[in-house]
Amino acid sequence: MADSASFTPGNTGSNLALRLALWTVLIVFAIWFLLPAYVVVGTSLKDLEEIRGGSLLALPHEINFSAWRHAWSEACIGVECSGLEPYFWNSVGMAIPSVIISTLLGALTGYALTKWKFKGANLVFAMILFGCFVPFQVVILPMAQTLGKIGITNTVYGLILVHSVYGMAFTTLFFRNYYVTIPDELVRAATIDGAGFFTIFRRIILPLSPPIIVVSVIWQFTQIWNDFLFGASFTTGGAQPIMVAMNNLVNTTTGVKQYNVDMAAALITAAPTLFVYIIAGRYFVRGLTAGSVKG
Amino acid sequence: MTRPPFSLTDRIARLLPQIVVAPGFAAILFFVYGFIIWTGYISLTNSKMLPNYSLIGFRPYERLFQMDRWSVALENLFVFGVLFILAAIVIGCLLAVLLDQKIRAEGFIRTIYLYPMAISFIITGTAWKWIMNPSLGLETVVRGWGWESFSFGWTNDSTLAVYALVMAAVWQSAGFVMALFLSALRSVDQDIIKAASLDGASPWKIYIRIILPSMRPVFMSAIVILSHLAIKSFDLVVALTGGGPGYASTLPANFMYEMTFRRNEIGVGAASAMVMLATVAAIMVPYLYSELRGKKHG
Repeated sequence: MADSASFTPGNTGSNLALRLALWTVLIVFAIWFLLPAYVVVGTSLKDLEEIRGGSLLALPHEINFSAWRHAWSEACIGVECSGLEPYFWNSVGMAIPSVIISTLLGALTGYALTKWKFKGANLVFAMILFGCFVPFQVVILPMAQTLGKIGITNTVYGLILVHSVYGMAFTTLFFRNYYVTIPDELVRAATIDGAGFFTIFRRIILPLSPPIIVVSVIWQFTQIWNDFLFGASFTTGGAQPIMVAMNNLVNTTTGVKQYNVDMAAALITAAPTLFVYIIAGRYFVRGLTAGSVKG
Repeated sequence: MTRPPFSLTDRIARLLPQIVVAPGFAAILFFVYGFIIWTGYISLTNSKMLPNYSLIGFRPYERLFQMDRWSVALENLFVFGVLFILAAIVIGCLLAVLLDQKIRAEGFIRTIYLYPMAISFIITGTAWKWIMNPSLGLETVVRGWGWESFSFGWTNDSTLAVYALVMAAVWQSAGFVMALFLSALRSVDQDIIKAASLDGASPWKIYIRIILPSMRPVFMSAIVILSHLAIKSFDLVVALTGGGPGYASTLPANFMYEMTFRRNEIGVGAASAMVMLATVAAIMVPYLYSELRGKKHG
């Protein structure tokens, strides 16, 4: 922001007060944002007795990872007492292929729509774009039927198909908006030199694409890992992704409610996307804004 | 490009862009538009547990709008949507303006504000549900500090459960709105601001009169994206309130799921999905149209 528009031109008393107020608001909000993380981590490290006897906000007496171990490999989800581990791998097996397929499709489509504008390219893009905004409730019923017909209901392949198709709407938007900014002259010059569609893609477009590929991969991974609706609609039992299994673990435990295990399970489930956010937050933000500012 | 296509390979080479786009586009046509038509058709039938293809007209819609559960869901969506969008925009905008004051450690604070966006609504709901636990949650802690009337067990109160949803949804999305506004704030033309401040306008006035009005498109984007999020909200309800107590905090997406997968009312479920689609389309189509047009002229 311009120097002139900040609240810091002088050192007067009122400025100090403003500065103080500003920091107070910022810190209060930081506390609000961090509270759930603090409570979840804290609870996951306590034992049940300490949870029942002590305060929600108290630090754990000792660092105790047994709830984590329990959530990972022993906790019961439905009738299966295998912990989250198998579901974690379900999610990995679902997310990796879906991310690769949807990113590849989005890159090629975005490239063809911007650098090889054919008749109707804009209409095609608009129709794909609308796919980003369709409420998925309108597709889950026919999708369930279709998956049944193909015979991949309740499998990881079904979820890969679903996430690749609906993810492609977003990745096309990302790549299209990015490729629009690459000068057409580059492509034209290469065409005159006799380079074809794929040669230009490989030699010119792809080397310029890493930033948007990172954005697309991060966005897709986060969306797919965090999906609940598709997982809950199209899978049951052992085929469920971790997000669905985690919700079942928290909501259907019979017997004593093990809050520490619930919280550990939540943390394990959230860990991959949080990890991505921490190492690549910059790209994460770019994905969020790319999907919103200008279609 | 003026030379007419001679050989087959030549023709294929010319059509290559279309050929590359075709499979993806065909998938979208089938899985989005075809499915919308299918759901629309089913919403006009008497389908119960399995799809039934004989049309009965708009009766499922009539039944839908007679159901109390659906009116509650619509009412909730309205309350939830309005409060969620307002609060997320006010808080996001406030945080963006404050962070724009040359704050030390800005990057660090931004990271804190934005991390909820990396988390799923299921996790958010689980965490806040635990914090709102009536006996072991925050309520007990604050009462222990001496504020005896403090009440935070919102998820178990049928009038307050919707506000619990609003609070958690704002927690999740305010950082995103902040990021949106912050990047827009930084792209405001600096010369106009300098000119205004040379004319003696106070920083406050500059924000209210110049900077915020120039960000109208970002406000529009934020409102559209947030309302889209609100209409789609499903997981948060599942994890935080379970739609309860009773069905007091149900949203349309949960209604649809309940009818379709639990109550063998596929026809009514499809009708509710079509109403949701119509609502989203009413918001998105004019927005996308103006965005895409604006692009061409700009």
